[in-house]
Amino acid sequence: MILGGVARKRLHSLPLLFAALALVAPVQPALAQAAQQAGASAEQSPAQAQGMTTSEADAVSPNVADPSAPVDEAAEASTQDVAAGSDAYTPLGPEWIRGAPESGAMTFQTQHSPQGKFALWFHDAILLPLIVAICLIVLGLLLWVVARYNRRANTVPSKTSHNTLIEVIWTAVPVLILVAIAIPSITLLARQYRSAPADALTIKATGYQWYWGFTYPDNGGFEVISNMKDEGEALAEGFPAQLEADNRMVVPVGEPIRLQTTGADVIHSFGVPSLWFKIDAVPGRINERMLVIEEPGIYYGQCMELCGARHAYMPIAIEAVPRPQFEAWVRAQGGTVGGEAEAAPTALAPAQEPESSVEGAPGAGQAPTTTTAPGVPAPAAN
Amino acid sequence: MATTADTFQAHPDEHHDHDADHKPGFFARWFMSTNHKDIGTLYLLFAVMAGIIGGAISGIMRVELQEPGIQYLGWWVEFMGGGPSDFDKAGHMWNVLITAHGLIMVFFMVMPAMIGGFGNWFVPLMIGAPDMAFPRMNNISFWLTVAGFLSLMFSLFVPGGTGLGAGIGWTAYAPLSTTGSVGPAVDFAIFSLHLAGAGSILGATNFITTIFNMRAPGMTLHKMPLFVWSVLVTAFLLLLALPVLAAAITMLLTDRNFGTTFFDQAGGGDPILYQHLFWFFGHPEVYIMILPGFGIISQIVATFSRKPVFGYLGMAYAMVAIGVIGFIVWAHHMFTVGLDVNTKMYFTAATMVIAVPTGVKIFSWIATMWGGSLEFKSPMVWALGFIFLFTVGGVTGVVLANGGVDDNLHDTYYVVAHFHYVLSLGAVFAIFAGIYYWFPKMSGRMHSELLAHIHFWVFFVGVNLIFFPMHFLGMNGMPRRYPDYTAAYAYWNEVASIGYYIMAAGMAVFFVNMIYSLLAGRRAEGNYWGAGATTLEWSLSSPPPFHQFSTLPVIEDHHSHHDHIGAAGSATAH
Repeated sequence: MILGGVARKRLHSLPLLFAALALVAPVQPALAQAAQQAGASAEQSPAQAQGMTTSEADAVSPNVADPSAPVDEAAEASTQDVAAGSDAYTPLGPEWIRGAPESGAMTFQTQHSPQGKFALWFHDAILLPLIVAICLIVLGLLLWVVARYNRRANTVPSKTSHNTLIEVIWTAVPVLILVAIAIPSITLLARQYRSAPADALTIKATGYQWYWGFTYPDNGGFEVISNMKDEGEALAEGFPAQLEADNRMVVPVGEPIRLQTTGADVIHSFGVPSLWFKIDAVPGRINERMLVIEEPGIYYGQCMELCGARHAYMPIAIEAVPRPQFEAWVRAQGGTVGGEAEAAPTALAPAQEPESSVEGAPGAGQAPTTTTAPGVPAPAAN
Repeated sequence: MATTADTFQAHPDEHHDHDADHKPGFFARWFMSTNHKDIGTLYLLFAVMAGIIGGAISGIMRVELQEPGIQYLGWWVEFMGGGPSDFDKAGHMWNVLITAHGLIMVFFMVMPAMIGGFGNWFVPLMIGAPDMAFPRMNNISFWLTVAGFLSLMFSLFVPGGTGLGAGIGWTAYAPLSTTGSVGPAVDFAIFSLHLAGAGSILGATNFITTIFNMRAPGMTLHKMPLFVWSVLVTAFLLLLALPVLAAAITMLLTDRNFGTTFFDQAGGGDPILYQHLFWFFGHPEVYIMILPGFGIISQIVATFSRKPVFGYLGMAYAMVAIGVIGFIVWAHHMFTVGLDVNTKMYFTAATMVIAVPTGVKIFSWIATMWGGSLEFKSPMVWALGFIFLFTVGGVTGVVLANGGVDDNLHDTYYVVAHFHYVLSLGAVFAIFAGIYYWFPKMSGRMHSELLAHIHFWVFFVGVNLIFFPMHFLGMNGMPRRYPDYTAAYAYWNEVASIGYYIMAAGMAVFFVNMIYSLLAGRRAEGNYWGAGATTLEWSLSSPPPFHQFSTLPVIEDHHSHHDHIGAAGSATAH
């Protein structure tokens, strides 16, 4: 049989899928949960399951505001610092994964930004019920005409060919529905386009073939080069393969960030599903959006615009930590915080060429793991 | 005007016998053809052949995606002559496959089948014309399409950057398609669009001229069958949209080869300009693919309900409205490029407006069946499947129309699910409905109704199993155009791949049915669908004579748009 292991195990959900196509939507959460539980018990490492199941994770994750909150045994090593609010920096472990796909899920990822929560509400409370209802109405009408007006049930067809009233109704009612949708839709857009405050931290994400560079112009202008972490290594450490990066984009949690994107060679796209955030990285222009991450954790994203041979292998790993840890991390990168700007040594590291090449230049996609070059402008993308 | 076909057929010696069924020899008939029915047949055969290749490519893709990791792409690199494979060549191979699949299915399968095939065959028959207005241009249109296809096939075997072939996606975004892809493959892929586009522009002028000038006496525009309306609107979309594509891809070529910088920011150009130009063509293009399907479904629903189409004028002008609005919504394909907020609000609102005329069509089809006497012959079953599945694909379009929601769904599998529901399950269902509706008319042989129904059910299960889970993958964040994915996406990907095998089994039933009917099918009568089939093609024999309507049929004043044959029908039948 063609059915592989995974499908065989969960084949029971297939009839459900088919039973309705669009009908499944109302039971999606239940199904997703079932799949999730099956997945967690069958396949995922304990750490991953813990990290991915939001309710569980919430239960064990230390409250940032409360240093004395009990900390899960496995999580302790890397979360202490976060919880304690000390100014040392330790990369977050897999128990901190907040934004990642879930096996067998049928819904959006849990949202961790204010805009994401609003957008998810808009989809789940308005759009999804509406489109399911429309599909059901059309399906119901089709089944009705099939049952009622087949040749056996109705041998003599009517000659009706128009009815102005009903035509006006089925034109006007959709218009009203669309106007009703447009209101929250426009609201969502307006919120997504709110500018970050003038003093917000600026981070510039540059898409290269095939990795990301994250520049921190407010902190001395160093650039972190972020490659996909070796799959085996990531799995061994409890991170999802192809989503984890060797160097994450570290950001302060809970505060607005001015995220800018640009492309160094071709168009890439910076997309993070759990933050409802996606903006293209286009050569020659800088796109800007405000990003707020509400709780500390790791949020995975991927390149979302076809950019060549390794398009699938340039993940984005965002690590949101409290301000003090963020500043410690910045210093560890050789960057500066606030007034200390000019004190940084000028020859910390040689400027690094972005090793992007479509002609397979050695090292393409394998740029040095961390480039710390304060004062050196980011590789020219413009 | 009415003797165009005879003039071009040019056999002066034989003019005396007025034999409407005289056919030229094999080579002259099939390679120098000026007969709309023969050219339509050529288009259909070409579309089937291209569809087999494009469908096989999607099979390669589904097999590769069945589980995480790269399993088979390296083998394909070597099979296609790319030499020893490596990681980058395998990734490039994937991009070549998605590019070829998209271009083949859009330009060399759906369009040739819908417009070139059914349009050529049935527009002249339905309006009572002896042939197309420009028969020789019709021939050029077809062979340009073939040349375009050959250019695309050739591109697979020449260097395209990281490996052989053009790995730029069907959208060919700059700068990946310019500085990002060195080598002649992309030039050949682009040139293939030039050729196919030129063929389509010529075809569009031919259809517009034919429909405006060659309708039978008494057939006013408001008495035309809805399929003819749909081809008329489609032809206008082609005529207005394709030149913009031609301009955009010509600029790509000059950027690539002659040092211009239309889309290169280093020289003052703009990569986003290309996207605006492409989608100014690209969005009307998706209606070009589906509008003739609307027309086919309208004919079929009316025929098998034995009722005139409900709200005929509304149906016709809904298509006109879709065509017009289709030109002013293009930037919803570009919601994440960094548009201005007001621009995004406008395109959100404009896009949602399209749901209104589309809804009118769905409801009118249902109202046509309401009170009818429905007979579930194979074309009707496919039409019912079309109406439901197109609705499912349409409502996800309403979700995607919201620019703020699209921020999460853009370039994910949700979009793949959406456009395959409207195309692979919409346009393709319409094509199969059309094939089963008209195949006996074209070939003179009845197909097996049993096999056609089996084909429908197997195909229906298969394609839904392929594409419905893609909604889940997309909402969960899986990006498009990925050959590989993290373990969390494995479940629904495996389901989708299993769906492909079921779909492929359905296609096998289709081909068995076609071969069976050509070899051993019962001979088809002139009007094998009975009283509900009232357009002019049913007044002719099956297959129709080589030249039809040497005496033009007359549409009397009392004939509605629904009934063109009436009492006078027998007079025009051969």
